[in-house]
Amino acid sequence: MTTQLHNPPLLSVTDLCVEFATRKGPVTAVRSVNLQIAKGETLGIVGESGSGKSVTSYAVMRILDRAGRIVSGGIEFGGMPLHNADEATMSDLRGREISMIFQNPRAALNPIRTVGKQIEDVLIRHAQTNHEMAKAKAIEALEHVRIRDAAQRYHAYPFELSGGMCQRVVIAIALACKPQLLIADEPTTGLDVTTQKAVMELVRDLTRSQGMSTLLITHDLGLAGEYCDRIVVMEKGEVVEQQDTRRLFVAPAHPYTRRLIRSTPHAAQSIRDLLPEDLRLPPPPAAPVVDMSVPLLEVRDLVKAFDPPGGFLQRLKMRGSSAALPMRAVDGISFSIARGESVGLVGESGCGKSTTSAMVMRLLDSTSGSIRFKGTELTTVPAAEFSRSPLRRELQMVFQDPHESLNPRATAAQSIADPLLRIEGMREAAAIRARVEQLAVQVGLQLELLDRLPHQLSGGQKARVGIARAIATKPELLILDEPTAALDVSVQAVVLNLLADLKAEFGMSYLFVSHDLEVVRLLCDRVIVMRAGSIVEEGATAQVLSAPKAEYTKELLSAIPRPAHLPRQVEAPVQVAQA
Amino acid sequence: MTDATLTSQLTAGSRPSAFARNLAHFRYVMTSNPVTFLAFVLCAGMILVALFGPMLVPHDPLATLSDKALKPPSWDHWFGTDQLGRDVFSRVVVATRLDLLISVSAVAISFVCGAAMGACAGYWGGWFDKLSGRFLDTIMAFPLFVLAMGIVAAAGNTIQNIVIATAIINLPFYARVARAEVSIRRNAGYVQAARLSGNSELRILMFKILPNTLPPMMVQLSLNMGWAILNAAGLSFIGLGVRPPTAEWGIMVAEGANYIISGEWWLALFPGAALMLAVFTFNLLGDGLRDLVDPQRRT
Amino acid sequence: MGQLTIILARVLQAVPTIFGIVVVTFLLTRALPGDPAAYFAGASATPESIAEIRVKLGLDQSLPLQFVAYLQDLATGNLGQSISTGQPVATELLRRLPASLELTLFALLLSVAVAIPLGVLAAVKQDTWIDQVCRFIVTAGVSLPTFFTGLLLVYVFYFLLGIAPAPLGRLDMLHIAPPQVTGFLVLDGLIAREWATAWSAFKQLLLPGITLALFTLAPLARMTRAAMLQALASEYLRTARAAGLSSTRVLMVYAFRNAMLPIITTLGMVFSFTLGANVLVEKVFAWPGIGSFAIEALVVSDYAAVQGFVLSMAVLFVLLNLVIDTVYTLIDPRVRIEG
Repeated sequence: MTTQLHNPPLLSVTDLCVEFATRKGPVTAVRSVNLQIAKGETLGIVGESGSGKSVTSYAVMRILDRAGRIVSGGIEFGGMPLHNADEATMSDLRGREISMIFQNPRAALNPIRTVGKQIEDVLIRHAQTNHEMAKAKAIEALEHVRIRDAAQRYHAYPFELSGGMCQRVVIAIALACKPQLLIADEPTTGLDVTTQKAVMELVRDLTRSQGMSTLLITHDLGLAGEYCDRIVVMEKGEVVEQQDTRRLFVAPAHPYTRRLIRSTPHAAQSIRDLLPEDLRLPPPPAAPVVDMSVPLLEVRDLVKAFDPPGGFLQRLKMRGSSAALPMRAVDGISFSIARGESVGLVGESGCGKSTTSAMVMRLLDSTSGSIRFKGTELTTVPAAEFSRSPLRRELQMVFQDPHESLNPRATAAQSIADPLLRIEGMREAAAIRARVEQLAVQVGLQLELLDRLPHQLSGGQKARVGIARAIATKPELLILDEPTAALDVSVQAVVLNLLADLKAEFGMSYLFVSHDLEVVRLLCDRVIVMRAGSIVEEGATAQVLSAPKAEYTKELLSAIPRPAHLPRQVEAPVQVAQA
Repeated sequence: MTDATLTSQLTAGSRPSAFARNLAHFRYVMTSNPVTFLAFVLCAGMILVALFGPMLVPHDPLATLSDKALKPPSWDHWFGTDQLGRDVFSRVVVATRLDLLISVSAVAISFVCGAAMGACAGYWGGWFDKLSGRFLDTIMAFPLFVLAMGIVAAAGNTIQNIVIATAIINLPFYARVARAEVSIRRNAGYVQAARLSGNSELRILMFKILPNTLPPMMVQLSLNMGWAILNAAGLSFIGLGVRPPTAEWGIMVAEGANYIISGEWWLALFPGAALMLAVFTFNLLGDGLRDLVDPQRRT
Repeated sequence: MGQLTIILARVLQAVPTIFGIVVVTFLLTRALPGDPAAYFAGASATPESIAEIRVKLGLDQSLPLQFVAYLQDLATGNLGQSISTGQPVATELLRRLPASLELTLFALLLSVAVAIPLGVLAAVKQDTWIDQVCRFIVTAGVSLPTFFTGLLLVYVFYFLLGIAPAPLGRLDMLHIAPPQVTGFLVLDGLIAREWATAWSAFKQLLLPGITLALFTLAPLARMTRAAMLQALASEYLRTARAAGLSSTRVLMVYAFRNAMLPIITTLGMVFSFTLGANVLVEKVFAWPGIGSFAIEALVVSDYAAVQGFVLSMAVLFVLLNLVIDTVYTLIDPRVRIEG
């Protein structure tokens, strides 16, 4: 790995500064960044949102949007200056010498052009082929990225392909002309963990076999740790540390790097380990003993079927095929949650975990099956009328996207007060305000933020508002629907701890819906793994994660990116409740 | 005490009142965009003219003076006189009230009906959505001005029917915007959260979703206002609705049209320009209104 | 699914729309307050002639029966008799349709030819003077009443400058209409090699065409600019640029083709405006199309004529929309699948 450093660097960025023009004047997004990539090397840039990692890569490609400009500093590629190169030179280099792949692959492809034609465009542009040979070459490029039936896929439009497939096409476009450097900007964000593994291995194999260099930009330290030779850590537009991967994990020099490593769940023994070392919280108060004999929630043979998509014509065309049948998003699942227990519901996108939680929450009517809460059958009351049920206060939820789950026209205080007004029937303004402030204190939200609108709050603050609203009626069962998926890891660490503390304090039960097994490991007593509407495995968290029985669980676990230098801690699992 | 005041009181106390915050935001929008400011000034001016114009005009808009027919603009008659010797300036000023009245009432009717229809269709879907969709499609299947002509011709040639016809042809715009805006928010996170907080479906629609659909509706409102004025004027231009000698911009342009080929331009120009200014004002207002009602723009 | 199937499905989908139109035009005349027989008989009718009309039109029968009779009439192309001209309404409309179509299509072509390049330029050169000019034209364009623009143009180009012909119809008195082939005088003149006639017809067409085009320019240019801006900011455009594609290819193949989709949708609305504004422009320029016919009919309360006019305009609009849908289907692959 380090041997390549003797060669002159392929790409070298020196003292790069990038500014963006905004309504309030110029804002510096990247400040004196220095980095080098040797030939054949894979370099990772890791940082949280707003760290300037993507901007750096856009500056290298010279595709900053109109508001952004390189203020000072140099970018050299193979000895050639790029920071002041003209557009014609850059356009010639892009796709031929430096390529880029992006987050959200479906949006990264032209929606009304076949994928084959899009590959041809690049090949023809960089004189790799002529019009007669283009098609064969494009199919070859598709085969290269391991797309089966490449000749048929040549005619496909992006909307006909899955997300992982689209990312392969984007990679095919990027690698079609065999460039020397590939910049991958969050290439697997939004993809399922198994797809992520396939895509990353593809990138690694292809670039390695062609001796290419790779610049991997990611927020996921684990991903960078597994695939990169060296890692650059960025914070607020500056490089804070630049290290060999192993050294970075074993002996991180900068406090921010140490915080980042700590807040990544892979290495943590308990949920407290996620927090920075200097923040010494007392261990969470002992939770009430989980009484498994009396289930709080009992779900039996729950089914949700949706009508097949499309209109009349679609159904006519599909007639007779299985696609014409109602799609069973949740296909007869049964589970229970005990009082004071924390259960994880894990699976990849489309497995039915969100549909399940919506039905338990009575936001969605089930097709069949039973949901019993404290012995009362919930399915007899339609979802649309459940707001008047006395059980409404007992069942609450924290939503996935903290921003989207707050009314943009309501202040934080108004959002938290909503259940107090509607469910508790509180009418006196002073009393409501007092209770809102009490809740704010409990979730660690500064009181002066209470009169702000959602867009004036940070992601972590919005998450706290959402949690305060959910616990306002002191519910017995709280569903957490990927509550930290939209948050940076350091914020996630704080929010997870807050959730663990609240659970212990109020004796709530959690149903924690997540795609992230590592987070589930830290927060849950039991875990349920779902796939295609069914439960494939269920058991104590420690047991399922250390000795999975189902093939699918094993696949999920092995797909989690894991730096070799960061041993995972499943051997000594720690349950929060017993910590 | 109503819930609305309760909710607003939650933010009251030592903090600035909602009214003061709105006023500050209004001032911010006005000062940050001079065009918006201009549009608001023009709009206010037009409303003043509509209210007090008839009291202030120098001449009786209906008084005919045969010896003063077709005189070009002068100190006595700023906009000249028409073929019957009536003062064009007075007629243009007096017509403001009628033109605004027609378009405001038409837009108000279609805004209320359209928003209610679209919101219900977008929120609950089902048969009502299908039925209202079919109804709107049928309206939209006509060239709208032609449909308005047909309605006025069939229902009778009165101002009231002009208002109704204009309201009907504007209805689909509001209904569609409302339906689309409500439908994308029907299952938004904050709406789901409101359900969990014990809000009834109707309350969610009225107090959580509808206020958030206001910005696009406002833009539509202001753009349609201009369009409604154009439509009403167009109808009277072809002889529907308003009848002479009533002062109305469209009919004044129509009367002036006969004289333009002989060079008496002032008969048609001034009412036409007034019409244009009114429509222009409402179009500019659209963007300003959006800034005013959009909480994202608040600092 | 094949494109042909989709297009056929679109045509089938137009059937309920046309049925809706027929119901509305029927209801307009029969279900509104007032005595339809008196309307159909015209302003100068006697009680006897009204009674006669009532029986003749079947107005003494129940509404459903009347509707069936109306449908039968429509099926045989019978739109009733025009009181003012004494001719069948269908004949009158067909005779005048080419004039209206010539004006409308010319205006649309003109408007598309100016608005789309203008919108594209404004988007590509965002915040430059071209953008400002575009914005000004757009705002002014939607604010100008068509009939007023027409009059202004007549005053400037006919009265003041004297370069435009008198705004009186499709052809000035000196020329005789060429033998009818397409019904469009400019085209017919060219086909008959009567250059002077064609030129004269074109000159007559120019001012009303520009008037109408100015009105429809604004929504088209505005939508083109917005759609282009959206396409230019899209992620697939970033991919195309990152792959080094030439800027013309990025602009034309990647941005413009995607921007076409919302533009085509807007065209439907533009057609609606054009057909409506057409009526006003025809009056200003004494253009002998179906719009002028309808206005004359309105003045004398010629009921059957107005009804026939509304119906034929609506059917025309549906047909234009069908063309739009078909083009859309050809461009956007997603529609083909979703059906």
